[in-house]
Amino acid sequence: MRVLALHLGLLAVLGALHFALPAYHHGNLARVMVLASYGIGYNLLFGYAGLLSLGHALFFASGMYGAGLLVQHAGAGAGAAMLAGTVAAAVVAAALALVALRTRGVAFMIVTLMFAQAGYLTILYFGDWTGGDEGFVMARSGRMLLGLDLGTPDARYLAALALFAVCLLGSLALARAPFGRVLVAIRENEERARMLGYDTQAHKRAAMILSGAISGAAGAAYAILFGYVGASFAEVQYSILPLLWVLLGGAGTVLGPFVGALFMFYLIDLASGVTSAYMLIAGVALVLLTLYAPQGLMGEVRRRLWRGLP
Amino acid sequence: MEFGPHLVLALIEGAVTAAVLALTASGLSLVFGVMRVVNIAHGAFFMLGAVIAWWITQGIGGHPGWGFAAAIVAAPLMVGALAVAADLTVLRRLSYDPERTIVATIGLLYIIQQLTLMSYGPEARPVVAPFDARIALPWPERGAEGWRIGWPWGFGTTAWKLAVIGAAAALVGALWLFMARTRAGLVLRATQADREMATAFGIPVERVYALTFGLGAGLAALAAVLIVPIRQAHYLMGGDPLLLSFVVVIIGGLGSLPGTLLAAVLIGLSDGIISVFFSPTLAKIIATLMVALVLVFRPQGLYGTRAP
Repeated sequence: MRVLALHLGLLAVLGALHFALPAYHHGNLARVMVLASYGIGYNLLFGYAGLLSLGHALFFASGMYGAGLLVQHAGAGAGAAMLAGTVAAAVVAAALALVALRTRGVAFMIVTLMFAQAGYLTILYFGDWTGGDEGFVMARSGRMLLGLDLGTPDARYLAALALFAVCLLGSLALARAPFGRVLVAIRENEERARMLGYDTQAHKRAAMILSGAISGAAGAAYAILFGYVGASFAEVQYSILPLLWVLLGGAGTVLGPFVGALFMFYLIDLASGVTSAYMLIAGVALVLLTLYAPQGLMGEVRRRLWRGLP
Repeated sequence: MEFGPHLVLALIEGAVTAAVLALTASGLSLVFGVMRVVNIAHGAFFMLGAVIAWWITQGIGGHPGWGFAAAIVAAPLMVGALAVAADLTVLRRLSYDPERTIVATIGLLYIIQQLTLMSYGPEARPVVAPFDARIALPWPERGAEGWRIGWPWGFGTTAWKLAVIGAAAALVGALWLFMARTRAGLVLRATQADREMATAFGIPVERVYALTFGLGAGLAALAAVLIVPIRQAHYLMGGDPLLLSFVVVIIGGLGSLPGTLLAAVLIGLSDGIISVFFSPTLAKIIATLMVALVLVFRPQGLYGTRAP
């Protein structure tokens, strides 16, 4: 009960902030909510199933290009684009799962890293279609949903909030459902989960496809709401960022990805005002986190204050 | 130009890539084999070697050979020392846990890359090779009076490229001799085979780890100094070597030196040929997909003895 109140309370605060925030932070928060949805997708695989992927940019970009290319070359609307992006990412995730889940631990990280790089290079290679390095701006038709222009600040914020709410509540339900508990069992001890009769391979595959689909939905939403599709979103950096948010916020916690994304976004926002080498902050944060707080912020809260925090 | 001369040029380009790749990847393979650490910052150490080489050659005047000679000695030592420091301050405190060290080395990658951006800047800068004679290559041609040996226009290479191939081969040979014939190499192999047992025999495993990490980074820096007269020094230049080193190390079998060499030659040559005839991007895509095939059909790699 308290748990549900906490998460609904967060969504209510975010809804109220829609009316209270100045324009600059209003736009930032919309972006953070979309990125946090990406983080939630990442957290499902890393935080719950314990599979550390270094290639989630592949899924984010699949969603982005699945949506963007449909708009660009077929003139679709936002609803169809969103669906296409999510499905594209789920299909890519299913294909990668076939190969990558044959490996485990360190090999899994390397394989996902390299496939994401291959995906990035593929986008560059088919530059005639994808716009290569420069990417393309989404046509206005692709930002219309039921006669509503999602490119305007108000609609954008509410759409981002809706996406984030679905992802957050879905992730909360998942964490408390039997499926989520089996994933945690696999993370803690895969042999034991198998001994207990669970098909661990099928669970990991399902987790990867679901994680890819959520990341793809975030990617598609990013393209639709912010109107730009580019190869830079497929680069390694976009695989590392969700890892950073989740580690910072707390792996295996429902609120962790949002807390981490919010914190990191403003940290980088402040740093980029000072220097062009703002990713330095990300590097320092990664090293310090692994050294001193491997549980992340919400993980510390869970350890010290509230043991039942999902 | 006809197909034949083109192919020879592609093979020379491929051999240069293979030579540099063999050095870089054996550093990565060594670190993984002995320490079980996947070093994502390996590409950053490579880049740092090239940048330091530029910096040293700028500082030393006179004949370009002197500056380069100083760079090829000093740059790997400096990068190696930095890696040892990183091992002592970060990796050791994580007790070499495989997943946490991977995240920490990603952090190191960003720190090194961004500090280079802040100090060295975003430009790509060339380093002058110590010698750079152009060598025209002969090719049989069909003239009016039958076959004869000719020197077709534009068909040639530079002496430096051939020197890079030779130097890399010699260095990899030296690394093999070091591993197989010296006492220090024996200690490394003992630690690789069984860490606990090595500790029991009085091997200072933590010191071995620090030196291995330094040696691995030094090898990457050495490869970068060799290649920097051909490809310019830039703060993002570490990405491709890192990707290809991973490809090589996985295909060759994690931690196996002969496998790494064989895979480096294979990947380097195919990269050269595909780059010349199609596009460098396609070459990288194909190399990555080859990894998928290897992982599906032979998970231990070509020379590996155990599953990764």
